[in-house]
Amino acid sequence: MKLSEKPKWQELPLAASIVEPATSLEYKTGDWKTLKPVVDTTKCIRCATCYIFCPEAAYEENEEGYFLPNYDYCKGCGICAVECPAMCIQMVEEEAE
Amino acid sequence: MAHRTGIEVSLAIAEAARQAEVEVISAYPITPQTHIVERLAKMVADGDLEADFITVESEHTAMSAAVGASLAGARAFTATSSQGLALMDEIVYLASSLRTPVVMALANRSLSGPISIWNDHSDIMNVRDAGWISIFANNGQEAYDLTLMAYKIAEDHRVLLPVMISFDGFILTHMIEPVCVFDDEEIKGYLPPFNPPYKADPEHPVTFGPVGVPDIYTEAKKQQDFAIRSSISVIKEVFADFEKEFGRKYKPVESYMAEDADVILLSQGSVYETTEIAVDRLRKEGKKVGSAEVRLWRPFPFEDLRKAVANAKVVVVLDRAISFGGQPGPLLGEIRSALYPLEKKPGVIGVTAGLGGRDIMIQDYEKMFEYGYNYLKTGKEPEAVTIVGLRE
Ligand code: SF4
Ligand code: SF4
Repeated sequence: MKLSEKPKWQELPLAASIVEPATSLEYKTGDWKTLKPVVDTTKCIRCATCYIFCPEAAYEENEEGYFLPNYDYCKGCGICAVECPAMCIQMVEEEAE
Repeated sequence: MAHRTGIEVSLAIAEAARQAEVEVISAYPITPQTHIVERLAKMVADGDLEADFITVESEHTAMSAAVGASLAGARAFTATSSQGLALMDEIVYLASSLRTPVVMALANRSLSGPISIWNDHSDIMNVRDAGWISIFANNGQEAYDLTLMAYKIAEDHRVLLPVMISFDGFILTHMIEPVCVFDDEEIKGYLPPFNPPYKADPEHPVTFGPVGVPDIYTEAKKQQDFAIRSSISVIKEVFADFEKEFGRKYKPVESYMAEDADVILLSQGSVYETTEIAVDRLRKEGKKVGSAEVRLWRPFPFEDLRKAVANAKVVVVLDRAISFGGQPGPLLGEIRSALYPLEKKPGVIGVTAGLGGRDIMIQDYEKMFEYGYNYLKTGKEPEAVTIVGLRE
């Protein structure tokens, strides 16, 4: 059973346990957010603080060593924007883009 | 061969846990349960039982560790009473919703306050909706037998639920009674090895107890209720097999002289045996009385109860706890609602007695039957809460 499915009670694994490992990847928390973090890579010092602090482990490192959030999982909590020492993460409304 | 011996009931229960080859005992001492786990601790220390005895700092942890052990695939045992059970409460609900077949010996004791270490049923009533299979033992033999059967029921893959065995504190726990104790050889193999469908195993990772989001919680609860409701057939099967193998008979609803009785006194626990004596006395006076017991408290044996009391004119329900401002006894409320759908049903009235260790004398039982006859004659119910033996 995938987490995204809505099983009948007869189909639910015993005690609603998650019996396959690593299914959290299928659970996209991206649609929780109203504000999304936008990284200004011109100011980023590539320190990885955002990567470490993000509770969803949404930051991914690109080839140039910059860290960018994966919006499928970013839930918009804003922790990265507060913690970034270069203050180069802006929380912006998704529609505003 | 089994041998009949004089043994303190607490120690007989510990003996049953040993013979069930429990692997983890996680418990905190509390009167009147203490002798059970004290004996188990000694067995482990002396090397008579190969198990981990987890000494914990509270009952909350006792139950937590038992649930954890069960999830890890170990046969787990705990025991408690009263305030200890109340402190466990949070995890009592988790044990059933996580479907861990933990077995708990519950020495029934009243809840504070005022502080009372003595017997009534307020502790068990506090967890009646916690999703555990719950069975009353009325004497030492039953407490011993049912502790063994508890694992058979709990670990059955059609069930996978925790089981609590209730027995009256002091009245049973501290009594030396004749008990037929199995020889180890005789009972070996009665319980197959515990083999849960999922367990905490790094090779096959499983998440137990994840968040049940609104899309999942409802289905999880339905699944849990279905499991406990359907467990009644397994319970009956285990009772029947035990009788076949060892000759002692257990029924979800016990009854005595009830078939032709006009008035039935219905109770739970050790008092049921005394009601039988009252029945004998009143029968000698020509009164058509009988007694019954809801031994299996959860899942509630609706059909068995209906059959047991169907022919009576009145059922007098004896509660050993008060539902404050409510039913007024938890058992009374259950009996009334179980009989309500019947077309032809007996009248159901309720009395309360034996709170916090107050003795119930034979005359008190006779008085309870009198309430029944009075109701038959006048249609007048005892008012809420009528406590037999109360000074007023
Ligand atoms: S807003 Fe929160 S969830 Fe999103 S990337 Fe930043 S820290 Fe992670
Ligand atoms: S915390 Fe700020 S500066 Fe550091 S890597 Fe993340 S975005 Fe760049």
